Amino acid sequence: MSIDQAIAAVPGIPRGPEGPLFREPWEAQAFALAVALHERGLFGWSEWTAVLGDEIKRAQAKGDPDTGETYYQHWLAALERIVAEKGVTDAAALGRYRDAWDRAADRTRHGEPIVLQREDFAR
Amino acid sequence: MPANDPHTHDHGSELSEMQLRVKALETILTEKGYVEPAALDQIIENVETRIGPHIGARVVARAWVDPEFKRRLLTDATEAVNSVAEFDPVGAHLIAVENTPQTHNVVVCTLCSCYPWPVLGLPPVWYKSAPYRSRTVIDPKGVLADFGVSLPPGTDIRIWDSTAETRFLVVPIRPDGTEGWSEEALAALVTRDSMVGTGLPKSPEENKAGAAR
Repeated sequence: MSIDQAIAAVPGIPRGPEGPLFREPWEAQAFALAVALHERGLFGWSEWTAVLGDEIKRAQAKGDPDTGETYYQHWLAALERIVAEKGVTDAAALGRYRDAWDRAADRTRHGEPIVLQREDFAR
Repeated sequence: MPANDPHTHDHGSELSEMQLRVKALETILTEKGYVEPAALDQIIENVETRIGPHIGARVVARAWVDPEFKRRLLTDATEAVNSVAEFDPVGAHLIAVENTPQTHNVVVCTLCSCYPWPVLGLPPVWYKSAPYRSRTVIDPKGVLADFGVSLPPGTDIRIWDSTAETRFLVVPIRPDGTEGWSEEALAALVTRDSMVGTGLPKSPEENKAGAAR
């Protein structure tokens, strides 16, 4: 199963009695990444909580209203930070992959699955 | 914003900045063998269908009909919930706090959003919001009023601040007029908010009205 198929196969947005628990699929994906990394033992939940709490504080200091709607942005920032701290990857690699996905999306016809290819990485 | 660029819009696809970052992270973690896409799907599916407030509702309903289970739940909620094989095991330490006519319990996480996921699913947006996190401790009555909850005068409100290690589940008061009800019927009255303390269980009348709608 390719990565992209897996992403495309992500089921619909979970909903609670009072609306979506995730507002967008990427939020659920970010959530699942943290759960998977925790299961693998990369970090404990108390460590995670500290990093996430710190990211929320940082964002608030920069003027984020922190009404809950930007919550998963902080969650993702915490994920990016913790994997860098653990030496799994670094900001440069994350940026390179981010740009590659951007190019992959750009050359993919609307409605077709976006698949990351070697050519998407800048030489 | 690239999304507004008609040139790229004509023939290309668009991924938002957040989507790009999640994909970048997931791709790297997958390539390095830290995560498996199928396992991620499984996690999301679990979040969607297997964990959610319906689990907590059944725990509460069982406590209402089974005094021995209630005793165990209030003594060691982790053990009590995990003893019920049909539920996913609770990882963090879970503490059940019981509402009484004298005391109403409200759960908050002032630091971030610690929440009893295995029994309530993922936290609602308001639970994670700064106003709820800060105001609940300072002005619990005002917060409850915002949720439409009014308690009899003199009711003591206790606030429980969650941590990564300790999560709380409120056991609300069993509604009047439910004598002889089955566990299943009772579970339908137990709302998510009633297990956080920002709501009360539905009355039999409210439940009937909701079902008829």
